Amino acid sequence: MTAPSSLLLEYLPILIFLGIAVAVAGLAVGGSIFVAPQKPDPKKNAAFECGFDAFEDSRGRFDVRFYLVAILFIIFDLEVAYLFPWAISFSGIGLYGFWSMMVFLGILTIGFVYEWKKGALEWE
Amino acid sequence: MTELANPNYLAALPEMFLAAAAAVLLMIGVFVGNRSTTALTLLSALAMAAAFIMVLVAPDERATAFGGLFVTDTFSTFMKCLVLIGASVTLIMGLGYVKREGMARFEFPVLILFASVGMLMMISANDLIALYIGLELQSLSLYILAAFRRDAVRSSEAGLKYFVLGALSSGFLLYGCSMVYGFTGATNFEAIAAAVASGGEAGAAGPIGILIGLVFIAVALAFKISAVPFHMWTPDVYEGAPTPVTAFFAAAPKIAAMALLLRVFLGPFQELVEQWEQIILFVSIASMALGALAAIGQTNIKRLMAYSSIGHVGYALVGLAAGTPEGVRGVIIYLTIYMVMSLGAFSCILAMRQKGQMVEQISDLAGLSKTNPLMAFSFAVFMFSMAGIPPLAGFFGKLYVFLAAIDAGLYGLAIVGVLTSVVGAFYYIRIVKLMYFDEPAAPLDRPIGVELSVVLAGTGIVTVLFFAYPTPVLIGAQAAAASLFP
Repeated sequence: MTAPSSLLLEYLPILIFLGIAVAVAGLAVGGSIFVAPQKPDPKKNAAFECGFDAFEDSRGRFDVRFYLVAILFIIFDLEVAYLFPWAISFSGIGLYGFWSMMVFLGILTIGFVYEWKKGALEWE
Repeated sequence: MTELANPNYLAALPEMFLAAAAAVLLMIGVFVGNRSTTALTLLSALAMAAAFIMVLVAPDERATAFGGLFVTDTFSTFMKCLVLIGASVTLIMGLGYVKREGMARFEFPVLILFASVGMLMMISANDLIALYIGLELQSLSLYILAAFRRDAVRSSEAGLKYFVLGALSSGFLLYGCSMVYGFTGATNFEAIAAAVASGGEAGAAGPIGILIGLVFIAVALAFKISAVPFHMWTPDVYEGAPTPVTAFFAAAPKIAAMALLLRVFLGPFQELVEQWEQIILFVSIASMALGALAAIGQTNIKRLMAYSSIGHVGYALVGLAAGTPEGVRGVIIYLTIYMVMSLGAFSCILAMRQKGQMVEQISDLAGLSKTNPLMAFSFAVFMFSMAGIPPLAGFFGKLYVFLAAIDAGLYGLAIVGVLTSVVGAFYYIRIVKLMYFDEPAAPLDRPIGVELSVVLAGTGIVTVLFFAYPTPVLIGAQAAAASLFP
């Protein structure tokens, strides 16, 4: 077996995972189209969750608070993205790795206290 | 793993201390509120003074920390001292303005502290990742500082412009870094230097790829030091940002970015000196010429200082173009003197008030010698010094870079430099003429405040008496330059 194909073989689980993901997603969407009864009305067709119409003038005005919340959310989203590889390799990185992450979390906490006290998390 | 086991925290003590201090001050500020601004400003200056002492007492020999991400040597010690002096003095200088103009929010000193941490990291970066993190920490703080007067349209505009263009340059930097990483297989500066010396990993294609990466990194750094042709943001940001922030921009980040430029070009890319020398030559000549010519038509003093700073960057780069230890020594001396002069000039600009309102037009200075002779005299000293008239400090800054350029055989560059400083002298001396020979406009307010007077006197004395006792700066710059040439 040549080197590149053995490298690619290591990614086979990801391919299988992708295949299953597409199949499940297709099943869900297709099922709701073909099996469920379709009775659209304006309420049902209205924009869902984000509060905006999906297709409108991109220069429209919007409430900046949506974006503030989204940005604050992304910070903690990324934090979790950092925590995963850290947790997986925890046995190899030792105390240095542990305290590095603690410092990182400490800095994030300071940022969180700041945004909380500044009232960035209050809707009104 | 052995590298991780010995991170050598001590080498990065000033940075860690400043970062911790900034975090603590932020917490104090957010719990106490905006009435703590004055106290936080003084505490921030104290923290910088403490960091300054930590930088000074650290052992002088080269040390790396965090597995080679971070390096301290004589060069970093010298540049960090400059940056800390510049940042703390502008912080104190701006206190009066900040309180008067209703921007006394506690985030102001904290942001300057965070920017300073970023600048110290830039100076000590020994790895492309560390370089980027330091640069971004500094830049993000500066974007917010530029837009600190949210209610003023110009300030918001300055912040937005700076942010958009700064993000673009960061993109260039990352692209360049990724090219260099792709063709050398390393982010560490020593490893890149070794890979460059051996022609890169990909054989024949290596050097070209590295070169493209180098050009992109050079573009990004030229943007940060506001060298032509990447200077477009400077006049608008200098004009729009609140004056203490402009003073800070002129004094500290420029020096940190220059230090970074020196370290990157003389460290990992030393072998490619023939390639980057062309870039530096062009950028240097263009900056000197534009700085001299474009400043002539300006009526706003902050805008004038922006063009003047573009010109000064061009002069400093003359020393780097020489590529020799003497040239680098010239750059370091130039930056030291430039920082002192711009601190002085900006303390004058911060004192430009009429009936409690800040004024920024050059014509507002007319007849200043009759209404405030001391301030007029010191402003004249700074203007003469920036024009490079002996025996003031600015003359020696130019002298050392031009000497290095001539030693390296760059006669054309030295001639262009001298010519542009003659042209530049016109607009500096025009201000002196305006102050001494024109009829007074409305007089400026007096007194100008204790902290401004002290800064004005201190920088003025250094500028005037530099020729009498230049030894400490010369020796320090010599040692700092030598540590970049192992």
